[in-house]
Amino acid sequence: MVKQFNYRPAWIVPILLISLGIIFTLCYSVYSKSGSNNPVIVTNAIFPSQDIRYSSHKNATENEKCFKCHGQSKYSYENSESRKKATKKMYAELIIDRLVFYESNHREFKCIDCHAEDYITFPHQGNLRMESKPNCLDCHGGDEKYARFHFENIEKEFQKSVHSEKHGDDFTCWMCHNPHTYKINARTNLNIKQTIAYDNAICLNCHGNLSNYQLLTDKASPNLLKKHDWLPNQKLHFLSVRCIECHTKKINDSTLVAHKILPKKEAVRNCDQCHSSNSELLAALYKYKIKEVRSAKGFFKGVISNDSYVIGANRNYYLNLVSMVLFSIVILGIILHAIKRIF
Amino acid sequence: MTEERIYLYPIWIRLWHLFNAILCLILIITGISMQFSNPKFPLIRFDVAVSIHNIVGILLIGSYLVFFTGNLVTRNSRYYKPVISGFFSRLMTQFRFYTWGLFKGKTAPYPVTLERKFNPLQQASYIGTMYFLIPLVFITGLAMLYPEVIPARIFWSSGLHFTDLIHIISGFLISVFMCIHIYFCTIGATPVSNFNSMINGYHDGH
Repeated sequence: MVKQFNYRPAWIVPILLISLGIIFTLCYSVYSKSGSNNPVIVTNAIFPSQDIRYSSHKNATENEKCFKCHGQSKYSYENSESRKKATKKMYAELIIDRLVFYESNHREFKCIDCHAEDYITFPHQGNLRMESKPNCLDCHGGDEKYARFHFENIEKEFQKSVHSEKHGDDFTCWMCHNPHTYKINARTNLNIKQTIAYDNAICLNCHGNLSNYQLLTDKASPNLLKKHDWLPNQKLHFLSVRCIECHTKKINDSTLVAHKILPKKEAVRNCDQCHSSNSELLAALYKYKIKEVRSAKGFFKGVISNDSYVIGANRNYYLNLVSMVLFSIVILGIILHAIKRIF
Repeated sequence: MTEERIYLYPIWIRLWHLFNAILCLILIITGISMQFSNPKFPLIRFDVAVSIHNIVGILLIGSYLVFFTGNLVTRNSRYYKPVISGFFSRLMTQFRFYTWGLFKGKTAPYPVTLERKFNPLQQASYIGTMYFLIPLVFITGLAMLYPEVIPARIFWSSGLHFTDLIHIISGFLISVFMCIHIYFCTIGATPVSNFNSMINGYHDGH
């Protein structure tokens, strides 16, 4: 028995070495795939990728690697050197709401489609902050799939806008169209009020938020209510038209939304431009909806008559006709009566 | 033609009537200017028309309150109380007079007396205008001055658009009333005697 117990065959040494090699290789490959070559392990208890709202998106699992930190206000990691768990606050501007992202136009994208692949490592390398971000035309320009949006014309209008002229390249598409949240709206939403609220929120994101406004200027943000105190029924105007109705000039009719933002002195102040039968709102705010309703019902201006109200622009053809006929009959009756009295 | 003169229009009625007529005319003109606004041919500049319409509209409400209160505290209200029994046949009698009898030299079936200021047609149109159309036009006008009180949707339409339709239709009917009213004022002892009545207070009999 003792002799058997002390028996150590020579072939067991290479087997042990090979086994150790295999284990080491496996561990290394798993470690490499996790993208981390630093001694920390990021942990978060909740994995919303399993949430049915997100899991249907093809890159939800892949994106969850980013969302597990950037999808909430805090993130935790374990320092593999100290073995202590640390919880840190995520900067507000770096938080991406999963729900909003997966409803946005870019919902089927992987984060690393636009961001550097190196972001997959944690902590992220400092120089990644310097990465140049693609602009709209980098993806949408010259592509037949997006031809109907006329991105090239939008770019031309934008280049002539006060934003572009004052701030140059510092003012990018992303200032208004957040790539993580942007959802096409005016072209698809038949609810005018929702379109107005959505589009005005884009402007107010800077013009109603001092910290965003001062990203490009040291000036104090003007008080919008005071600046617009000349506007009758100010609240109703703010809820019923978009800022861009008065603050843009359409150069090209092919674009649904004008992108040439005017200097404040050139903004529309002439009421008749909207409050008339040839209302500019028909060519802007109501353009998509009128086109849709017209193609469905063959009824021009049906939208502006039924769902909204603009004094001077809402003219019901039949009501006008009836009133003209009635008024003519009254005047004719008076004239005939007077003639008969005289003669 | 009788020579009787009746003091029918006390000073408060004449002042109210004058004020009311001026306000209604301004409201009709500014209302038409807004409804048919055209940047190339503005009748009145849109923002100016809106301001005038709003201010004069509020004054009209004040004027109406004077009329309403005056009718409550004076005996003027009795002229606006119709006798329901046989009212329709009296209306038709007056209608026949205006469309036939007047040209044949017949006497008015319901001449003006101290107890009967209005003939049945006048009574019906004045009640309709003063107790129905004017309140309707200023209630809808007030609502549009404070649009937040209007429900988002009324029936098939946006609440604001529906309110505006009522406002415009009422305004149109008041305009029609004014045209007929002014013309019928020429049917007096002389073509101008009824206009003079609203200045001196005395009604000249036929």
